[in-house]
Amino acid sequence: MSDTSGTVKKDAVEPTAPAPADDPTAATAAATVVDPRLLVRDEGFKGYITEFRRRVKGGELGSLPVIVGLIVIGIIFQAQNSRFLSADNLSNISYYLSATGMLSIGLVFVLLLGEIDLSVGSVSGLASTLFAVFVVNHGMNGWLALFLTIVTGVGIGALHGFFFARIGVPAFVVTLAGFLGWNGLMLWLLGSSGTINIPDEGPVHLLGQSSFFMDQSIAGAYILAALGTASLLFGSLTDQRRRKAAGVPFRPTSEILLRVVLLAVAAFVTAAVLNSSSGVSNSLVIFLASLVIVDFVLRRTPYGRKVFAVGGGIEAARRAGINVSMIRITVFAISGGFAAVGGMFFAGQTQSATLNAGGGNTLMLAIAAAVIGGTSLFGGRGTVWSALLGMLVIQSIQTGLDLLNMNTSIQYMITGGVLLGAVVIDSVSRKSQKAAGRG
Amino acid sequence: MVHVSATPVLALRGVSKRFGAVQALTDVELEVHAGEVVALVGDNGAGKSTLVKTIAGVHPIDEGVIEWEGNPVSINKPHDAQGLGVATVYQDLALCDNLDVVGNLYLGRELLRRGIIDEVTMEKNSRELLSTLSIRIPSVRIPIASLSGGQRQVVAIARALIGDPKVVILDEPTAALGVEQTAQVLDLVERLRERNLGVILISHNMADVKAVADTVNVLRLGKNNGSFPVKDTSQETIIAAITGATDNAVTRRAVRSTEAAK
Repeated sequence: MSDTSGTVKKDAVEPTAPAPADDPTAATAAATVVDPRLLVRDEGFKGYITEFRRRVKGGELGSLPVIVGLIVIGIIFQAQNSRFLSADNLSNISYYLSATGMLSIGLVFVLLLGEIDLSVGSVSGLASTLFAVFVVNHGMNGWLALFLTIVTGVGIGALHGFFFARIGVPAFVVTLAGFLGWNGLMLWLLGSSGTINIPDEGPVHLLGQSSFFMDQSIAGAYILAALGTASLLFGSLTDQRRRKAAGVPFRPTSEILLRVVLLAVAAFVTAAVLNSSSGVSNSLVIFLASLVIVDFVLRRTPYGRKVFAVGGGIEAARRAGINVSMIRITVFAISGGFAAVGGMFFAGQTQSATLNAGGGNTLMLAIAAAVIGGTSLFGGRGTVWSALLGMLVIQSIQTGLDLLNMNTSIQYMITGGVLLGAVVIDSVSRKSQKAAGRG
Repeated sequence: MVHVSATPVLALRGVSKRFGAVQALTDVELEVHAGEVVALVGDNGAGKSTLVKTIAGVHPIDEGVIEWEGNPVSINKPHDAQGLGVATVYQDLALCDNLDVVGNLYLGRELLRRGIIDEVTMEKNSRELLSTLSIRIPSVRIPIASLSGGQRQVVAIARALIGDPKVVILDEPTAALGVEQTAQVLDLVERLRERNLGVILISHNMADVKAVADTVNVLRLGKNNGSFPVKDTSQETIIAAITGATDNAVTRRAVRSTEAAK
């Protein structure tokens, strides 16, 4: 939620025991809004640093492991192959991360409930096949086929959710059944032909490798970067003004500026790099737009709050009048929907529906991305941005290993090791959160 | 001992509740006035929790009448009780550890501004509510997981007040707390009374009951076993009513010996 908790343990000394009702100090305490004992945040930049240090100590690592990981990955692969940090390769990474990233967005919802969806890979494969069947075998309009495909994905997810929430089958088992079943359906649909080539038009073209935002205009990338930076600046300042007016703690201007500058640097450097290659792919733009929308839904709407509440305590959520089954079913439906969208992205990458679409380690990578990005497997903690951060790590490793012509066997072992490492970080940081009283 | 209203805000008349072969409650009477703290005491299995759950709408009553401000009402679902203005704080609190204090206070009834959660107003209201109740927590923006047991208890009670209830039921609010935290919760109970709320306090702790309650209602084996004004009643009398010690070998001998002395 809002990290304006903005509170630093400045003075750990407890001055007095809480006053009994008839104590005159109780009245004065009631008058002051701020608790006198602790948690006064230092104004300005210094407060930001101490806050950051306290959070890391308390096990709230946020995106720190990812950033460290990306730097390490960059150094290692660049040392092995000087093409790794070239604009073309980075542009490649940014294009290919969006498909699995879409699966990850849906998984973040499921992980927030503390559940797991093992079917997303199969559903994405089924989605690409369904789309191909609609368009190629039935000559359907591409956009209508896209719509029907996504609706099917949502329906499949809702079905999983129904078995989990209403019948009480563990989500693990339901989605494992889905993992096998939907893969079977896909193979059956593809039948003897094995592969269906999809013509490069409509949604498949949009998601293809040769489709760029504003047709590769140099301005396109910078417009996106400026848009992102400006909306953060505007949003933060509006929030600060409202909080000041309401007399509640607000983010100091220096901190807002620091965050905006950091984002601006990241956004404009990325834009410049992508521009020096070929531009921002439309897949990436759609992926980023989805992240912004979903992040907003999770943090600022009652529905998102309910998802967090169910992930944090089912009984508490139920007593608060939240329809737990409904939340569970919708979350699985969202996961299915994003899996279908991810399948469309895969179809866009290969311009075809193939037998091994959504197979292999697609599912593992999608889960790994969400966890590496910082969404807890234990529920209740995480953001959708972990889909982006985790995919940056995963796709960098994949691309780097491809550049080094590494065998698939080595790739699997390394990816497995990274996933294990991410889960270990999650578990350890959870422990230190408990120790710091924030778990 | 402030009986502001003549009509009790909540009254149970001859309430009975059965679970299969078990008669959990038999002809129970209970009255709660606005601005009154009614303690509900009794041994394990005396029916305290069942009684509270009938009021909260978890278990509908089999016989008898529940009156709300003098009018008979039927409470069949938790929703009915909440609609009337009964807020219940259960022993297990049911807070979401991962949400902050504001998120928990407003869970399920978030304030909206153009369809999105209005964090600023919620935070402002939360701070005001907590400060009028003299509740001391480090910040309204830290997750519940980082609060102590007593702080969680007061947050749970404060949460019950968000919906503007008229009767608050507290189920063993001090059971798992230390001395200091217990004192905080008892302070809070007194503040609820000052706000003119009716409070039903379930407790095992006689010291707590003596400290804050106006009336003590004793349940024994699912029946009323006396209702006492706290001020004029000794702890022994209450405990005797709880344990049923008013009728045993010792008391009978005592009666016989006084008769023999005559």
